[in-house]
Amino acid sequence: MYQYTAFDQTIVDERVAQFRDQTARHLAGALSVDEFRALRVQNGLYLQKHAPMLRVAIPYGLVAARHLRMFAHIARTYDRGYAHFTTRQNIQFNWPELARVPDILADLATVQMHAIQTSGNCVRNTTTDPFAGIAPDEVVNPLVWAELIRQWSTIHPEFAFLPRKFKIAISGAISDRAATMVHDIGLVALTDGSGAIGFRVAVGGGLGRTPIIGTVIRDFLPWQHLITYLEAILRVYNRLGRRDNKFKARIKILVKESTPAQFADWVEAEFEATRDGPTRLSPSDVEAIAARFTQANYHDLPLDDADVVTFAAASGEFARWQRRNVHAHRVPGYAAVTASLKRIGTPPGDITADELDAVAGLADVYTQGELRVTHEQNLVFPNVEKRALPALWRELHALGMATPNIGLIGNIIACPGGDFCDLANAVSIPVAAAIHERFESLDDQFDIGELDLNISGCINACGHHHVGHIGILGVDKHDEEWYQVTIGGNQGGAPNDPARIGRIIGPSFARDEIPDVIETLIRTYLELREHDDERFVDVVARVGIEPFKERVYAETD
Amino acid sequence: MPKLIDRHRLLDGLGHGGWITFTGNAADIAPGSRVLLPLNELLEYGETWRRHVGATGALGARLTGADDPASVLPLFDDLALIAVEFPSFADGRGYSIATLLRTRHHYRGELRAVGDVLRDQLFLMARAGFDTFALRDDQHVDRALAAFRDFSVTYQHAADRALALAA
Repeated sequence: MYQYTAFDQTIVDERVAQFRDQTARHLAGALSVDEFRALRVQNGLYLQKHAPMLRVAIPYGLVAARHLRMFAHIARTYDRGYAHFTTRQNIQFNWPELARVPDILADLATVQMHAIQTSGNCVRNTTTDPFAGIAPDEVVNPLVWAELIRQWSTIHPEFAFLPRKFKIAISGAISDRAATMVHDIGLVALTDGSGAIGFRVAVGGGLGRTPIIGTVIRDFLPWQHLITYLEAILRVYNRLGRRDNKFKARIKILVKESTPAQFADWVEAEFEATRDGPTRLSPSDVEAIAARFTQANYHDLPLDDADVVTFAAASGEFARWQRRNVHAHRVPGYAAVTASLKRIGTPPGDITADELDAVAGLADVYTQGELRVTHEQNLVFPNVEKRALPALWRELHALGMATPNIGLIGNIIACPGGDFCDLANAVSIPVAAAIHERFESLDDQFDIGELDLNISGCINACGHHHVGHIGILGVDKHDEEWYQVTIGGNQGGAPNDPARIGRIIGPSFARDEIPDVIETLIRTYLELREHDDERFVDVVARVGIEPFKERVYAETD
Repeated sequence: MPKLIDRHRLLDGLGHGGWITFTGNAADIAPGSRVLLPLNELLEYGETWRRHVGATGALGARLTGADDPASVLPLFDDLALIAVEFPSFADGRGYSIATLLRTRHHYRGELRAVGDVLRDQLFLMARAGFDTFALRDDQHVDRALAAFRDFSVTYQHAADRALALAA
């Protein structure tokens, strides 16, 4: 965990005071609805359908047990006893009262947390690999760089009123688990031939209304220039990005309309004019940040624990969980564990106050008090001793969080949708629930193999439907909820598994048709696949969407 | 009329501190005036304007978000003021223009935010290099002056630090 200095704490405390004053002025009628809106969203506060929604930042998804206990406290004291983990590694509360939001922020500040810039036309929370620092394929630990970006972007005076929101993701491993190619800026930390650290910089990726894969504009940016280069990109965007049309205001439109080559030239010119200036990083800048991260204590452990191997041989249920929800760790004898928040009957990513407390307790016992929030809306225990896996499995099982569905169709990503969100055209959660119930059988899920199914309730694509192997998008047709289906999308990961935007299979469907449509897609896949390891998305890549399309529309007619 | 402040005090409760903005009719502007001119007007007719206002008058540039601050560079010695327009508080281009004027082009004269200038943007504007602020007329002056103390510490290097170092 990053530990605040007095400096960090002062900024967060003063931000709370500032927002308290703004809220008071608004409630007293001295700050108009529009003017207050621009300020409150930059403090995570939406005012919508049922009640306000507060989005709290979990910088780069790193969270401590004490933070979870604070979330539980907030859920109980100010909300209805639960919260929701988002696809951007943040957490949302759906029912706070406007006048009490400053108190919530003050409570958060006591545990070094905030809601700064979780919404609004500014630089949002930087997201990263949930296995940062522990992944065996990691080249560079991205956490220190993510924190540097957090500090640089927090209340940046030049970039608080951008044309539109701005999302940065950073990965430091061979496999990109941060979906960097579908972000406004996607950074991949790597090393050159001499071992020096640098970044591959992509711009203009994104989902939403205009899904597009980013363009790499720098293959290797030496680390000293990271902030200067980000500033150059943001300055070009702030000055030239479109402000005439909200739907064309993201950086991807500027990159596309100006051409990536022209955009890169502008950035390079801006960078050349500012390089080696005051934003150049020194080793001591980076070391100072790195020193504020607490480090896990690792013991010398055998690579595998004999008792656990025996237990797995005896318990098929545990073995399955180990296969899907336990991940390799760079330190021998350790593993990372995903606690699944994809449960029948519960919206994806939702968690109650009691569960937050319970998970915090498990984190203290099993993973040195630290957890990660994944963009798939699950929680990762990053440092679990392998010998403790059976015990942790039993505990998670008791909480209903041991379903071995990570990477399978049961691990549906879904935005809050029309049940909660003002922007949505259609509900997401009931669709996720219907599909989840249809494929409840774990045997079926394991047989189908790896499959990302993502659902968004509107074109803003918070559920990342474009990069789901199967994507479902809620659309509005004559005030009715309809659902468009895409296949072949891919978040990407390994170098031979690039990110791809899914293709629409045809006219949209009524909500109650969706489980049948998904089942037809799956059956078609099972018939077409050449071997068990050929994933759904691999088959779509090999044969195209036509065979799927034909079957689906033949059967629904 | 706006209320003109700097970071410490009210400078003019009823206007632009003696500056008038040229809006197309030169006959309205008397010799000896202090005149804010759009960039194009300044680049094209700067000499004429200089003669018109005379030694007792002064010229300033009024930039929009679309203007390139580099084009004012040759005129710095001639300008007593650069004003940057915020058509809406949500239009953030003025922050980059101010930053470029201060850090890239080393403009040291008065830099004023005009237009939809509100209390809650002042801290950022000051950090971006503005030193005077023509507040929208409904803004409360004392509350606005308090805005410069919203934060006692900041993370980034910005134009305000560049100015402090140059001072």
